[in-house]
Amino acid sequence: MRTTIRRSASRGASAFVVRRLLLGVAQTVAVVLLVFALTEALPGDAAVALAGDQPDPARIAAIREAMHLDRPVHERLADWATGLLHGDFGTSLTSGRPVARYIADGFGPTLLLAALTVALLVPLGFGLGVLAARHEGGPVDRLVSSLTLAVYAVPEFALGVLLVTVFALKLGWLPPTAVGYGTDLLAHPAALVLPVLVLLSRPVCSLVRLVRAGMIDALASPYVAHARRYGVSGARVRYAHALPNALAPAAQQLARTIDWLLCGVIVVEALFVIPGLGTVLLNAVAERDVPVVQGLAVVFGVLTVVLNLGADVVARRLAPRAGVAA
Amino acid sequence: MHDERFPGLRRRGFLAATGAATLGALALTACGADGTDPGASGDDGTPKRGGRLRAAFAGGGASETLDPHLANLFADVARAKALYDKLADYGADLSARPRLAAKWEPNKTLDRWQVTLREATFHDGSPVTAKDVLYSYRRIADPEKAFRAKASLEPIDLDASRATGERGIEFVLKRPTAEFPNVLAAFGAYIVPENAGRNAADFDRKPIGSGPFRFVSFSPGRSAVFRRYDAYWEGAPHLDEVEFVVANEESARVNALLGGQVEYAHELNPTTARAHEGKGQIEIVRLRGSAMQAFCMKTDRPPFDDKRVREAFFLIADRQELVDGALSGAGVVGNDLFGKGYEYYAADLPQREQDLDRARALLKQAGAEKLKVTLDTSAVAAGFTEAASIFKDQAAKAGVTVEVRMGSKDSYWSDILDSGTLACYRSGAMPIEAHISQRLLTDSTTNATKWQHKDFDALYQQAQSTRDKAQRAAVYERMQRRLYTEGGFLIWGFADWILGTAKTVKGVETKAPANTLDWARFDKVWLT
Repeated sequence: MRTTIRRSASRGASAFVVRRLLLGVAQTVAVVLLVFALTEALPGDAAVALAGDQPDPARIAAIREAMHLDRPVHERLADWATGLLHGDFGTSLTSGRPVARYIADGFGPTLLLAALTVALLVPLGFGLGVLAARHEGGPVDRLVSSLTLAVYAVPEFALGVLLVTVFALKLGWLPPTAVGYGTDLLAHPAALVLPVLVLLSRPVCSLVRLVRAGMIDALASPYVAHARRYGVSGARVRYAHALPNALAPAAQQLARTIDWLLCGVIVVEALFVIPGLGTVLLNAVAERDVPVVQGLAVVFGVLTVVLNLGADVVARRLAPRAGVAA
Repeated sequence: MHDERFPGLRRRGFLAATGAATLGALALTACGADGTDPGASGDDGTPKRGGRLRAAFAGGGASETLDPHLANLFADVARAKALYDKLADYGADLSARPRLAAKWEPNKTLDRWQVTLREATFHDGSPVTAKDVLYSYRRIADPEKAFRAKASLEPIDLDASRATGERGIEFVLKRPTAEFPNVLAAFGAYIVPENAGRNAADFDRKPIGSGPFRFVSFSPGRSAVFRRYDAYWEGAPHLDEVEFVVANEESARVNALLGGQVEYAHELNPTTARAHEGKGQIEIVRLRGSAMQAFCMKTDRPPFDDKRVREAFFLIADRQELVDGALSGAGVVGNDLFGKGYEYYAADLPQREQDLDRARALLKQAGAEKLKVTLDTSAVAAGFTEAASIFKDQAAKAGVTVEVRMGSKDSYWSDILDSGTLACYRSGAMPIEAHISQRLLTDSTTNATKWQHKDFDALYQQAQSTRDKAQRAAVYERMQRRLYTEGGFLIWGFADWILGTAKTVKGVETKAPANTLDWARFDKVWLT
């Protein structure tokens, strides 16, 4: 009796994962096609963008031919898609370097920033959220709530400029940018402090508020009251019974945040001169470097699908009754 | 002193937690803590050897290359200039100055030029020869490729041109070209060793030039480090090394400069310049006459096919208001002619002023009262959108309705080349002759004003086949007079190009418009 239930539950779970994976593949393909269509729809192509303020028509035509942009759209898409199946992302139109190298080069700094941010985000977000929930309505709760709301309201660019002005230029504690450090950011840890602070600022606020709300709901629920009546200790109730229920939405929020961090946080990278994926994407769009844009779209698409899948699985495990939709 | 109590005190150390300590640390880096006032030291004029200068430019990201013939952005040119030489380059008045070419001599009909190279060596020690020059020019002119200097080299018949010796070249031209040295100085016409660049990756791995610096390292979109080339023909640079870093955001370049992470920041905003000028923290350098700012009227279609309408528009513009508003005052007013301060500029023509009454009268004569025009603009260059809205208000006072249309940043230049009637326009520094040949002849490739007049073309040919310089200047004057009265370019201003340098940087040339020899030139710069 017991074993059959567990087996069917695990079969249900694996079917859920497979279904989610298939959906993810479809989503990635859709993203890639959409990106391809949108880049095609942009005014001007790589030849026009490269010609800049010397739009000599003969020169544009020559660039177009050299880049094979004169070939029909479907041929270029087909070529690229077959290359992708062999793990070949193609080559950049503007430099002729492999797109895979662009992605690999940009991934390092972005991953580093994302990892550091998440490493601080999780303890800080959950800690503050639980703290606020414990003191619901009290001065600590009100302080945390108003502070998170206030910080959340500040756009990243403004916060970045403010932090640089105060901590780098006025006080001279930290370097204002990571210019010239390239991908070797770990050798200059001081340069990472301000970017991570800016990246952390808004996600931490939303996470704290989610955890706090989930905890308060859970603590007010009948099963917690029941556990309390049985004389289970306060800490155990909080962390073993209430927290997991509060975690489910937070895990999904966390996945979205990691996704946001990995997909290149353009503002922060531009402000602090960090050559990550966001910078690569921005330049590639400006140059109409379609293969690079497509390569990044695939990577971003896959990342989004995998992270959300992970979050859904976690959420399902934490709060199976919540009935997470596949 | 602070440095004795805190031996580990560094500029960015967390130890420098108080304002006083920070000031102390700043003073340390600025003057070596010897107690002298850095501003008062008298030996600023004597170059000092050594040090690495870091220069921040807006760049092209991960697709940058060190192929000098692909140079397109300011960052590309600055790097190419450090590694390579051209046969000639532009002086501050945009006249060609000999560089790798020691001298040039035309024949009587100006269609054959003897060029003699100076004695110079590439970074691998081999001499710069006529063969290298011909190889470089043939590479640029390759019909399969689209190198930027190709159009500039078009007058040369490269099949007929030949080496007359190790260092002698005879250039055969397709037509008389009095201003042939301008071709040698063209944007991107760099000399590379024979057979360089046969493989696309050659220039990224180990570029060899004859410039003042030799290659050390390069990672696209991040940093390029070059080292002094001791055997440089013009004398070794003062700096040990120069590093080019890329920061596309202006605020990042300023912050890096203020924070001591770079010593040279290219392309700053006028507002940034005003905030820091004379404050003692950094030096602001304004390169006058670098960027022509204009409205471009299509002279082949209504309403601008009527020269009275064009003149009315010339009279509508309040140039000072445009300079103050769109350029934040960082520039000078224009007189509807390109190249203020450059060689052959017709400086004697009266400065045009706003005259709304006369503008209205002209429009009435032309039957263009209640005129409506669309002005194309885009965020593609600094001041464009501001200039458009200021001009819209000025035109309204003359009864002209200007509708401002925002265009895409990335395809703006090719969009406005043939379409529309009125557009914001800008140009970097180039010789007046090049401005004419590229934009104002019937078969010019980028003729945005559609200025197509056979007699004007004939004048240009006449200038190019006139040997005597004074006579040639007279022909250019005639052409400019014509453009002044009825041309299609409403040139309202010339913007400064603004740089910032650390106080320790000396020898930065202030009179060189962007694109000229002394701009972004690091072999004459030193650090104190």
